[in-house]
Amino acid sequence: MAKVKIKINDQEFEVEEEKTILEVSRELNLDIPSLCSHPDLEVRANCRICMVEIKGQKSLTPACQTMVKDGLEIITDSERIKKARKTNLEFIRANHQKSCDTCLWKEDCQLKKLFEEYNITLSPYEKIRPNKKKKYQFGPVILDASKCIECRNCVEVCQNQGISFLEVNDYGSQISIKPSDNSYRDCTYCGQCVSHCPANALVMDTSSLKRVEKMLAAKKLIIIVQIAPSVRATLNEEFKIPYGKMTPEHIAGALKQLGFKYVFDTSTGADFTTFEEAKELIERLNQHKNLPMLTSCCPAWVKYVEFYRPELIPLLTTVRSPHIIMGGYLKTYWLKKQKINSKNIKVISIMPCLAKKYEIERPELRLKNGLKPVDEVLTVRELAILLKKKNIDLKEVAKAPLDALASGAGIIYGASGGVMESALRTAYYLMTQKEPPMVQFEAVRGIEGFKKARYQINQFNLKVAVVSGLNQAEKLIQDFKAKPNLYDYIEVMACPGGCIGGGGLPLPTNKEVRQKRASVLYQLDEKAKIRCSHNNPVLKEAYQDYFMDKKTTESVFHTHFQKKKKEGYKINKK
Amino acid sequence: MDDIIQKLKEINLKGRGGANFPVGLKWELVKNAPGTKKYIICNGAEGEPGVLKDGYILEHYPEYVIGGIKCALDLFYNSEAYIYLNKNYFYRFADKLRKLIAKLPINVVKEKGGYLAGEETTLLESLEGDRLEPRLRPPYPTEQGLWSFPTLINNVETFYAVYLISQNKYEYKRFFTIRGEVKKRGNFELNENLTIKEVLKETANLPVKKFFVQVGGEASGEFLTMEEIDQPLKGTAAITVYDLEKTDKLKLLRQIAKFFLKEHCGKCLTCREGVYRLNEILNKRKPDLNKALVISEVLKETSFCGLGSGCGQAAYSLITKFLNAEI
Repeated sequence: MAKVKIKINDQEFEVEEEKTILEVSRELNLDIPSLCSHPDLEVRANCRICMVEIKGQKSLTPACQTMVKDGLEIITDSERIKKARKTNLEFIRANHQKSCDTCLWKEDCQLKKLFEEYNITLSPYEKIRPNKKKKYQFGPVILDASKCIECRNCVEVCQNQGISFLEVNDYGSQISIKPSDNSYRDCTYCGQCVSHCPANALVMDTSSLKRVEKMLAAKKLIIIVQIAPSVRATLNEEFKIPYGKMTPEHIAGALKQLGFKYVFDTSTGADFTTFEEAKELIERLNQHKNLPMLTSCCPAWVKYVEFYRPELIPLLTTVRSPHIIMGGYLKTYWLKKQKINSKNIKVISIMPCLAKKYEIERPELRLKNGLKPVDEVLTVRELAILLKKKNIDLKEVAKAPLDALASGAGIIYGASGGVMESALRTAYYLMTQKEPPMVQFEAVRGIEGFKKARYQINQFNLKVAVVSGLNQAEKLIQDFKAKPNLYDYIEVMACPGGCIGGGGLPLPTNKEVRQKRASVLYQLDEKAKIRCSHNNPVLKEAYQDYFMDKKTTESVFHTHFQKKKKEGYKINKK
Repeated sequence: MDDIIQKLKEINLKGRGGANFPVGLKWELVKNAPGTKKYIICNGAEGEPGVLKDGYILEHYPEYVIGGIKCALDLFYNSEAYIYLNKNYFYRFADKLRKLIAKLPINVVKEKGGYLAGEETTLLESLEGDRLEPRLRPPYPTEQGLWSFPTLINNVETFYAVYLISQNKYEYKRFFTIRGEVKKRGNFELNENLTIKEVLKETANLPVKKFFVQVGGEASGEFLTMEEIDQPLKGTAAITVYDLEKTDKLKLLRQIAKFFLKEHCGKCLTCREGVYRLNEILNKRKPDLNKALVISEVLKETSFCGLGSGCGQAAYSLITKFLNAEI
């Protein structure tokens, strides 16, 4: 890219052309405060915080919107700018009159940081603007209008997902962001709005955090925790640990310190998912029935199909998602083996995802003994809150072993393409009785929204596609509806880049961060002793000892889906 | 055909909507912008209170306006035009305009939305049926305007002037709307370079008693003292005269703030919150004018579009010059 010379606060810099002032200042580590600007999204310049002075221009200019060009002279922190920013921040404070002390999200809060920097304690105004007192809840997502700065990041991500559940309502001082009343629109609980909200107006429901704390305090219970693949590539961010330096054993150590008796790996569950899914794929290919087979381990994608595309339900694989299988395994076979009373056992999942909180409540997932496979889901952000509350620093924690082995195939589930790659490794083995050539299936890696590949395995010329982002999924649906034989197997993840872009993960999220997270998982796979799900001894033992007949396997490893009516939202007036 | 651009540049015609953008340059930008189709929009929204000159032109010289639009239609390959009129003008002039248009590709449309719909990018949203809010610039309408095609947006009076220029009849005049505490209210066509004082003088409207003026409209216009009127008009050519002693300035400020509370869109933080808080403060029996001034200043400085900065400009000049508040 061509370079241009600019001046920022009288200092000369050579920067890349075709970037905005805000982008280049961030690269130069010059702090221009901003709220609504997000690298995943379009520039909308709504928050008016990143205002700067440009020599020769009369009024202040938003840095997010202005491209650098040769000779540009920029001032970023004059008295004039500070005064304007402060007045704008006071406007925000005026609608958000609660105390920061009790807020769970204060550490992540960009607003709090700016309020402190600009010395804003109380609102200089009397009332809250109209429509600011409502609190909406839809599934695990909460929208607190009093904190909302109407920047519309959420509206854009929701629209980019092809959902458009969050809408701009009314005009002027009456304006508000609210969930849609349109009966054809419903939330899929992907949580992308939460990870793109600069004001913590959109947050996750943290009631499970309280319940887990209570469980941990109860002496009688045996509490088992399982960690999703992506946790090992993301929890480090909350403790400023470089990527790759925090191992699953560190996490297990911290969790045991919190009081969890056993720490399992959802990747082990993923090995079961892979094995079952590979079998199902081969069966469908042989019968040439219900193709393309669609993955179903992403609960937001499942909700999308059930609400928006119920006609595709027969195409979804019936295999349960990894943490549900893991929970089922623990509460049936493992519990029996350990001779533990089913009343005393609780399973908690640490997940990158908000929709997983919704998934565990599905009644069709209940086990024969009446138990829910998973009792509570905590997101990575919630776990970080809990650890920090108990003063457990991951940097200093002693390692502890995990209580079951997982394969590399189970670990890469956290990145877009991982489910596909895992399933193909095992499908190859099941079809040829030979171990798969690893490199062959790497074509589906990468954080791009859409990837496709072809594989020749025995008589099958397998056509596969991998998408992340629900809008990408919808495009793909239209493609294969027009041409039914286009694909045999499709992996869909609702979040950009797969689970490592999930709505429950630490902030900020952007392409670069997602790339780094994904590469951690692929490195762990490279280093893993076992790379394929079918070679995991945990699996072999379980199938030999317990999951021998179809009935047992079906009840713990498989599920069904149904067309969904709009679940909508609830309002809590404050 | 290109000679119209040449003529516009020679005469250095500036847009008459208020922003003073060079018309020749704008036409050239649209002409050179790549696009299989081009749109021409004649902006007759005239929503600024106290500005009535476009209505006057539409009433008396509609054929000139259409003549100006025709110049653009002839210049741009595969182009189509819209005349965008506020509701009042639509009911009064649409039929007459349509008769004059005959078979030309010009559509007369009625404004959707209020004051803000006169802002050119909001006007585009309105024509496209979207939420009535300004767009981010760049891209400018000249590159990506209506339905993302290059679009020329000019004011009614600009097209009127273009027509005169194309006929070599242009006499460097423009229309002034004069209102308020004067003897002869109305629209006047006068030399474009006159100072405010000269305009009042030439129309026999210079008051005897002490006065002050608001120029550029009765909502967003800037307030000027008697001492400040020896300058030409910068934006929209409208002058409203107020009696310095009799006028209740606080009431005037309240009216202006209330007007913007009704018309602002809520897109950007500054204008959404600023206009609301300005009203909150002014609605008190004894308003804190220093606080109102701080808000007016930020409205001027950091609003997304001209609506917010216009509110800021009007309030700021009124408070500092006539209500004795300081920051």
